[in-house]
Amino acid sequence: MKFRKFLIALAEVFRFIKRFFKEAFYPPFEVKETLRQCFLLGNRSLFLIVFTSFLAGIVFTKQSRPSLASFGAESWLPSLVSQAVVRSLGPLITGLICAGKLGSNIGAELASMQVSEQIDAMEVSGTRPYAYLVVSRVLATTLMLPLLVIFADIVALMGSFVMVHAINKTSFTLFINEVSAVVTYLDIFSSLVKSAFFGFAIGIVGSYAGYHSEKGTTGVGKAANTAVVVSMIFIFVIDLVSLQVLTLFRAQ
Amino acid sequence: MRPQTDTIIDSKPDTRGKVVVEMQHVHKSFGDRDVLTDFNLQLFERENLVILGKSGSGKSVAIKIMVGLLKPDSGSINVLGYDVPNLSNKELNELRLQIGFSFQLSALYDSMSVRENLEFPLKRNLGIYDRQQLNEKVMSALQDVGLESARDMNPAELSGGMKKRIGIARTLILNPKIMLYDEPTAGLDPVTSGEINELILRVRDKYNTSSIIITHDISCARQTSDRIVGLFDGRNKVGGTFDELKKQNAPDLQPFFNY
Ligand SMILES: Nc1ncnc2c1ncn2[C@@H]1O[C@H](COP(=O)(O)OP(=O)(O)O)[C@@H](O)[C@H]1O
Ligand SMILES: [Mg+2]
Repeated sequence: MKFRKFLIALAEVFRFIKRFFKEAFYPPFEVKETLRQCFLLGNRSLFLIVFTSFLAGIVFTKQSRPSLASFGAESWLPSLVSQAVVRSLGPLITGLICAGKLGSNIGAELASMQVSEQIDAMEVSGTRPYAYLVVSRVLATTLMLPLLVIFADIVALMGSFVMVHAINKTSFTLFINEVSAVVTYLDIFSSLVKSAFFGFAIGIVGSYAGYHSEKGTTGVGKAANTAVVVSMIFIFVIDLVSLQVLTLFRAQ
Repeated sequence: MRPQTDTIIDSKPDTRGKVVVEMQHVHKSFGDRDVLTDFNLQLFERENLVILGKSGSGKSVAIKIMVGLLKPDSGSINVLGYDVPNLSNKELNELRLQIGFSFQLSALYDSMSVRENLEFPLKRNLGIYDRQQLNEKVMSALQDVGLESARDMNPAELSGGMKKRIGIARTLILNPKIMLYDEPTAGLDPVTSGEINELILRVRDKYNTSSIIITHDISCARQTSDRIVGLFDGRNKVGGTFDELKKQNAPDLQPFFNY
């Protein structure tokens, strides 16, 4: 019985995602609302991401230094850190922060609209609520996450530079040189693609949780909670899958 | 020919207009809970029909089926000539444009001002973006519900009665042929309820709407109804005008009249 319910829910999720592609790529397009959502979403999360990435850059650098030093390889610090930041740390921090901040926001917002019959009201007045509410939000998270990751990467590297400079007196140009020597276009490109997937997962999971929330005020809290937990799990899964795919690429 | 449902008292059939909504043998269950077992209903042109029943009896489910928000398990639903369960998205949209739905919780879009609430269906449905045209339509709908002054307020600033009115204005702006009111007076004080009831009558006179009013409030039923059907145990058991029902003394309706 439980398993059957799970399968039904799974089918519903697939239908929800299918609907996204159907409504996102056929006119009328929700350009204005999508741009508005992009702005709101950037506004909501940028500061948090900048702050946490900077700290993460500092902490990661400081923690990596002793183990490198014990091999006498301290000069590799910028290369090691920059690769870690671009490939993994930046996208992961951004993804998790956004899952918490934006996922809960989307889930709660749509759930309260669902609970108070606002989505039904849009539906019966023929104003296409799925396109207006879901498509715009999912497009916004998908487009904005890569952008936010670029910010996170830059800021985390700055944090790292502050740390490296404080201890080894490395100059900024030297630091940048070392960074650009190890970070490849494939690294950057793949991390941006990966973060677009993060964004898609955050948007679609949050929207689904909200759109299909239970009636009653407890539904709103549950939807926000589901949105955060499930999208975080998805982020780790996507991270793992993308690592596997990339390993194939790099092996060639 | 107009198919007769068994329990509805059809006191003066000849003075009625044509049938605009017809539901026959509608069945709907959620999981193993049967909500509607054999629901039948006819709404005539320009009629105010009240569906009376206690909460949880499936009144909202019945009208949500009428506009395609819920799918029935079986039965036929015909609204303005459209076979509702079997419509394409485009046809469903066409039909919904002709139906105004006033929600139990008013369902105002709380991220928008009152004016934006009213403009929303105009823009997204009729593609009207001309500022002057929008302003005129918004003002005329607000006048109809007596709330011009609320134009630039936010839903959070409105009282329950005002929210109901704005919700009604938002549906009037599309010139509906049919109005569906889901518990229009629920949660309102008696004075405000009376005002909403009057508004429902005024809307009918001005817009020539046929209306279904769902309620468990007997004074709302008395003031707004031309005819009442009672919904009990998933089916419509009794029907007639307010006075007829009062005389009839059906056991199901007793609690409402004695309240
Ligand atoms: N979308 C739904 N999913 C599951 N059950 C529902 C749904 N909508 C209504 N119900 C159930 O149907 C019954 C009738 O609900 P409703 O039509 O809202 O009653 P009311 O007569 O008070 O309007 C209730 O028991 C409710 O729990
Ligand atoms: Mg109800």
